[in-house]
Amino acid sequence: MIAALIFYMFAGLAVVSAGLVVTARNPVHSVLFLILCFFNAAGLFLLLGAEFLAMVLVVVYVGAVAVMFLFVVMMLDINFLKLREGVAQYLPTGAVIGIVLLVELAVSFGGWSFAPDVEAMLASPAPNGGEVTNTAALGQLIYTKYVYLFQASGVVLLIAMIGAILLTHRSRSGVRKQKIYDQVGVTAKDRVEIRKVSTGGGI
Amino acid sequence: MLSGLLPPELWRLIVIVLQILVIVVPLLVAVAYLTYAERKVIGAIQLRKGPNVVGPLGLLQPLADGAKLFLKETIFPSGSNKVVFIMAPMLTFTLALIAWAVIPFDEGWVLADINVGMLYLFAISSLGVYGIIMSGWASNSKYAFLGGLRSAAQMVSYEVSMGLVIISVLITVGSLNLTDIVMKQKETVWFVIPHLPMFVIFIVSILAETNRAPFDLAESESELVAGYNVEYSAMTFAMFFLGEYANMILMSGMAVVLFLGGWLPIIDIAPFNWIPGVIWFALKVCAVLFVFLWVRATFPRYRYDQLMRLGWKIFLPFSLIWVVLTSGVLLAFGWLPGQG
Repeated sequence: MIAALIFYMFAGLAVVSAGLVVTARNPVHSVLFLILCFFNAAGLFLLLGAEFLAMVLVVVYVGAVAVMFLFVVMMLDINFLKLREGVAQYLPTGAVIGIVLLVELAVSFGGWSFAPDVEAMLASPAPNGGEVTNTAALGQLIYTKYVYLFQASGVVLLIAMIGAILLTHRSRSGVRKQKIYDQVGVTAKDRVEIRKVSTGGGI
Repeated sequence: MLSGLLPPELWRLIVIVLQILVIVVPLLVAVAYLTYAERKVIGAIQLRKGPNVVGPLGLLQPLADGAKLFLKETIFPSGSNKVVFIMAPMLTFTLALIAWAVIPFDEGWVLADINVGMLYLFAISSLGVYGIIMSGWASNSKYAFLGGLRSAAQMVSYEVSMGLVIISVLITVGSLNLTDIVMKQKETVWFVIPHLPMFVIFIVSILAETNRAPFDLAESESELVAGYNVEYSAMTFAMFFLGEYANMILMSGMAVVLFLGGWLPIIDIAPFNWIPGVIWFALKVCAVLFVFLWVRATFPRYRYDQLMRLGWKIFLPFSLIWVVLTSGVLLAFGWLPGQG
């Protein structure tokens, strides 16, 4: 009873905040609603007993990805009211894409068939009837059975990162950067010189 | 006897609320007296007396400060985004409190003994940046905005190396549960000994994560006046202040659990193990907090590019190598948890 109530609270809030992401006038508010949506998704994961996924969702999406979104949205100086003027023009295209997606989802859901031993799996999300914690179970699976796929996804991310750096990096001339090693290696002799100055002579 | 009168679920709820109060009330007192301790310690280091007028030895100073902030007027800057403006300090304060749910004060003295405790702490501490960035944006002020942006970049950078530090401890333990981490240190040694370089990196990272000197670029008063909280007054400012200090205590608690053996006594022999674990925990947290204050009184502020260099070019590669080294050593000697 209470679990069902909490589920509907999380699910409802997730849907409402997802809607507000799209409709909010202020883009910063949009990002904040997106964060709320992530939180509710994490809550749903918790209800499913997938505590690892819930925490990782918060750490990665809320703690890192959404911070970057917020950063970008705050820094960009775009007139969002002007951007909004074209809504009527783009609406049909967007609606068509949405409907196509919905139909595809419906088709794949129609042909859905459950695995034969799904009943047992649903009863306990972690293997061996909850003997192993779900974090450990996930680790055992990823690092043994799916180790190549895991490594491959790591390589994909690495390439994406290198690509992003390569695309945005530009070497600027005339930048005076601090060379830490030179600076640490400086001794008093390099900077201070003692001269004998004759009276009235100067240097 | 009282439990028979109420439905069991309601009774459980009451017990949990009481447990929360048992954690939060001493925490707020600790925060108040941390501000006092900071002024006294820095005063002593700079050969001053610190607060000494209100009450004996100035002990009532935090209460006077609190009363003053409570009675002042909350000002909303014109053009500020009011909802976000008021939400930011509340968020900071709430996040600083809810993380305490998983901290074990003694064996079994923990509100929520969850299996992913360390991840929970990491998640909560990574959310701390929102309070600051939201306040910077909502204030509609250049200084506050710059402070917020700086702080966001800084916290995201240092989280990376902090995560790797935590990972090398977690590999050694084989569990994300905070009680398990301390129990493992009871079986073996405090992790500060095998992981000494990681302990140093962790302490420096938590200074950066809590925006404390020498990494307090978010509020560097000489260039940004007070940074992200420049437009805040009265209780909204007090909440930021309380949140910041509660975060300091929390991060010290995290360092104690990860490296200094939590509630364990220094040596497990007669006079030391008579002292209850919670006292040991408090003493160790105080020791780490003293380092916070000591550092503030000792070091000049980092320049922003030096801060980023330290985080990305030194701490990140070093802690990454340490993770590989730790797992290599554990595997080679067969110490890996769950191995053999």
